[in-house]
Parts: sequence; C-alpha cells; structure tokens
Amino acid sequence: MDGSVTGDIRALVEPDRVHRKCYTDPDVFDMEMRNIHETVWVYVGHESQVKNPGDYYTTLIGRQPMVMVRAKDGKVHVLYNRCPHRGALLCPDRHGNTGQTFKCSYHAWRFNLDGSLLKVPVVEQYAGTRFDLADKQFHMKPAERTESYRGFVFCSLSHDGPDLKTYLSGALRAFDDMCDRAPDGEVEVVPTCFRMIQKSNWKIFLENQLDAVHPSITHESSGRAALEVEKDIEKRTGHKAPLSYHYISAFTEPFFRWDTLNTMGFPNGHCTLEGYMGLRPRDPDTLEYEAAMEKSYGKKRAEEILNVNLHHVLVYPSLSVQSPLQQLRAVRPLAADRTLTEIWHFRLKGAPEAIYRRSLDYYYLVNAPSTMINADDLDNFWRCHTGLASEGGDWVSFHRNAGQDPHKDGVYTSVTGMSELPMRHMMKAWTEYMTKGARR
Amino acid sequence: MTDIKFAAAKPNKIQGSATEWAEQIDGAPPPSKKVPPLPVAKVAQELQTAVEQFLYRQAEILDDKHWDEWLDLFTTDGRYWMPASEEQTTGDGMANVFYEDLDLMKVRIKRVNHPRAWSQKPPHKHCHLVSNVVIEKHDPASGDIVVRSRFHMAEFRRDNVRHFVGKYRHELKKTPNGYKIKLQRVDLVNAEGPYEYVLLTWL
Repeated sequence: MDGSVTGDIRALVEPDRVHRKCYTDPDVFDMEMRNIHETVWVYVGHESQVKNPGDYYTTLIGRQPMVMVRAKDGKVHVLYNRCPHRGALLCPDRHGNTGQTFKCSYHAWRFNLDGSLLKVPVVEQYAGTRFDLADKQFHMKPAERTESYRGFVFCSLSHDGPDLKTYLSGALRAFDDMCDRAPDGEVEVVPTCFRMIQKSNWKIFLENQLDAVHPSITHESSGRAALEVEKDIEKRTGHKAPLSYHYISAFTEPFFRWDTLNTMGFPNGHCTLEGYMGLRPRDPDTLEYEAAMEKSYGKKRAEEILNVNLHHVLVYPSLSVQSPLQQLRAVRPLAADRTLTEIWHFRLKGAPEAIYRRSLDYYYLVNAPSTMINADDLDNFWRCHTGLASEGGDWVSFHRNAGQDPHKDGVYTSVTGMSELPMRHMMKAWTEYMTKGARR
Repeated sequence: MTDIKFAAAKPNKIQGSATEWAEQIDGAPPPSKKVPPLPVAKVAQELQTAVEQFLYRQAEILDDKHWDEWLDLFTTDGRYWMPASEEQTTGDGMANVFYEDLDLMKVRIKRVNHPRAWSQKPPHKHCHLVSNVVIEKHDPASGDIVVRSRFHMAEFRRDNVRHFVGKYRHELKKTPNGYKIKLQRVDLVNAEGPYEYVLLTWL
C-alpha cells in the first residue's frame, strides 16, 4: 500500500466485487485492526462470566490484550492487561479470580480491581522522582469506553464515536431476542468456551454466516447422514427423533426454501438472516416453556417473542449471534490469515432444563471441536484464503442479485434469501471505516 | 530527551521481605488441598492381558476405520465422551467435545463416508499407541472392569502430521461376546486449549 492509502482502499472495493488484497494483505490487516477493531464497539464478554469480585476474563480486542474484571462494588471494568511499570501482562491465564488486587509477578506492583495503583514495594525509593501513586500513567489503563447492553459487555478503544446503542442499531435485536426468550428476561453464560482457530481471514467467516446458498451444498453430507438416522430412529421407536437431528437434517432443504429467507443490512455493517429451522414443536417441554413465557409476558407479548424469526445476527465486526438458540461466536482476528473464534452459549433464566438442553445440543453439534457442520465451513474458509493468496485472479465475486437491494433510511432488504446483499453491505461499511481515518 | 532535575538521594533503611509485603495485603496462603489416591485393583495377569488386548483392538479398529466393528465395541446404551475439561464428572447436560451414543456415531460414520464430505478430502490417516494400562476396578461377580490408560495418536492429513495425547478411562461390561464399552472417557491433554482443527472422528 503506497501513495494515498484511502485511494488505495477505495480501489479495492467495487459495488459487486472485492479485491483479494482485502483478505490477504498484512498492511490492510493492520489498518483494519486500527480503524475498525480498535475503534468501534467490540464484544468483550458477558457480565455473568465474572460473577464475583476479582473474577476476570482476558481476551483480545483488535491486537490489544484486555481483561474484563468485576470490582468490589459490582461494576465491570475492561482494562489493558499490562503493568504500567515494565509492561508485564498482569493476568497470564485466560480467566480466574485475582482476589482483592491485580499482582505483578515482576516487581509486585498491586492494583485495585478498577485498575488504580494501590501499592508498590519499597516505595520510599521513589522519593524525589516523578513517580506518583496518584498519577494515572502508573495505573492500569482502562479501555477508552466500556458499556453493556442487557449483560453483554462491549468496549471501544477510541474516545470518539456513537454510544453503544446507537452503534448497534438493528443489531440490538440479537440481544433483545435472546434475553426476551427467557421468562426472567435475562440470560446466563455457560462457562465452557470453545475456541476454534480458522486458517483464514476474519471477513471470510463473517461472509459465511449469512450465506443461504452454502448450507445445503457445504453441509450436504452431514444433512443427508442425519436425515437417514432421524428416519431410522422414528422407524425403530415409533416416536419423533430428538429436535437435535433436525438441526442437521434441515441442511437438506431444497434451494427454493433458502430463497425465501429474508436478509437485511443495517447501519455500521450489521446484518440479519431469517431462521429456517422451525423451533416451536408441540411437545410437552415446549408447551411448558411457552406457558412460563405467557406467565411472564402475557399471551400477546409472549407470542410476539416466540415468533421472532432469526437465524443469525451479525454484529459487525466482532460477533455472530444465534439468539433463538442462545449461541454466539466472537471473532478475534490474529493475522490476515488467522482468526480465533470464542464460542459461547447461554441459559435462558426461568426456562425449563429441557429448553437449555436444546441450546446445548446445538452448541455440541454445530460449535464443538468435533462438529460435523463447521468442519466443512472451516475447510472452505481455508480453501478460500489459500486461493485468494494466489495470483489466479484478483477479485472475489459478490454479483448475486447485485443492484437489486431495496433500501430505506440506511436499512437494506434482500429481494431473495440467496442474495449476496450481506457481503456487499459489510464491505460497504468496511470501506467507510477504513477511509475514515485512525482512532482517537 | 526531557531534562529532569532529580532530588539528591537520601539513604533509606529498607525493611521487610517480599513475602512479608505480599502477605500483609493477601494474608497467609491457604493450606494445600489433599488429593485422594487413584484406585488400583489387584488382578491376575491373564485378566490384565485380556483388557490390554481389548484396548489394542479398539485402537486398531479406529486406525483402520472398520466402522461396523467400532459400533459393535459399545453396549447398545454405550457412549463415547470427551469432556471439555478434566474437572467434569459427567457428560450429561454439560458442554463436551464429544458426547455420542450409537445413533450419533452412525451419523458421523455415514457423513465421513458420503462422497461429498468436503473436509474428508483427502481422508485422514491415524495411528494410535495405547499404554500405561491400569485396571482400577474389577467386579468378580459380573466381570465388569474400569480401566485407565494413555494414548498417543498421530494423524496425517494434507502433508501435515498432528499429535493428540491424553487419557482413556473405559467402563467395560463383560458379555458373552466379550467386553463392551458402556462409557469411554477421553481426556485430551489440551482439551481446554484453542482447536486449530476439527476432530472429524473419535480419538
């Protein structure tokens, strides 16, 4: 990248195609980290990951090692995981409880749970120097901005920009839909987090999430296998097979069904894809759950909530949320060709155990490291990235239904579920972020 | 470089140790937890050999992808379980890396054999070593066994070799057709680490 960087970026993105450099160029990646992941609101974690004072969870926001911690007063802080003395990481573990203070392993500096400096040993040696316990440069640095929405914690490493709710715009649905589905109106994280490394660019993952053409092709083998066993079970037992088989066999739906799913694009790059799995069977567990929902919300509102039809909400640039099944995947780009996803699922507070088991079954079948579904997605991502790194062609095609995306007030709606609207929409937002200039 | 006027050094009398300083804030460390000893059953050499042979045979079936024989290793309600963390004491209702009954195993087998199982192109090659076989429980009445062992599996795929290492714990039922697995627990040493791969079949 030389000359006018902004000009170069604009030349990489056309309305219906995107240059391969957007995925493979390490300079573009560095710029993405600075202009996007280290600027906009990025998902850190859920408040229930840090229930008690001293509980912490570490993660990467862009390239920055951050720690989310619960302080004594119950407040959740997001801090740079770095000792201001010599720079040592203060929390080398992924998660744990740090007690009353953060402790540095090198020279024992101690910090309160809000990051302020509490104590340093042999402090008298600092007499007459510019060191001052109260000086913020000697405290753990907080994320420039931290906000949470319904328990989901985000931070922005930039002082400027819209507040969280304004930023999320149409993507607020992800958290509203997930929490509203709980009779108590809240969710609680299940403490297992699977981390999967994709050998591909982070945008290849996001583009896959709302691509309704790929499921019946990529996942044909698993869909067919599950359909056969589903039928075997029904023949053998005389009962319907568990809903979990349907999660996979639904991939065998013919093209015309995928075509009926609506996709939408919202300001700032967020997108949604409608659901296709039919998650309201008439079995006793579902009926018990729906009764609990009616008790909490009244019949009309409960129906509204249960009829929300979503499959994925893509919260640009850091999250893919499946609210009806209480799953989310947080995207942590590691390099142009390496992406870590942190995969979580949640319990609906006040819902029967059987409803949690459905979420767990989906977590297992789709998101566990033994997944028969994402196995083929991850393989595709690697194949795509490897091909894009070659000189066999310069462009990625997003031509499907290009020029046919009706929009009003910045909200785009696809003419068909198979439209490549979400990909075009995300790259349009990407171009705006990339050309807007660096953070702060 | 910024020019700074520093105050003249004053000699200080430094007191205390790092331990005293830390314990002043944290208090004394808690006593270390007592770990119960692992159970070991005393068994005849013949039984030891029979159990070892069963484990070797399972490894061979897996390496050679004899899927019908694989399914036949389990009781009809048997399960293959790989917890997400070694602390887990049950797979039921928990997030697991694997937790499969015979029906789910059949889905996995049908899938890897499908002509368009994309991530199976080319299929992987496995080689298992099983060792450190310790029988932890033997019920003389039923003949049922609980046995711990270790495994090391090398996988070759697309010019790369990957290694998987961990512990097995088999709960074996004695039947007229030999031992059958009621529960196989597999603790991968890096179960809690990031996964750079998808485990396409059982380890």
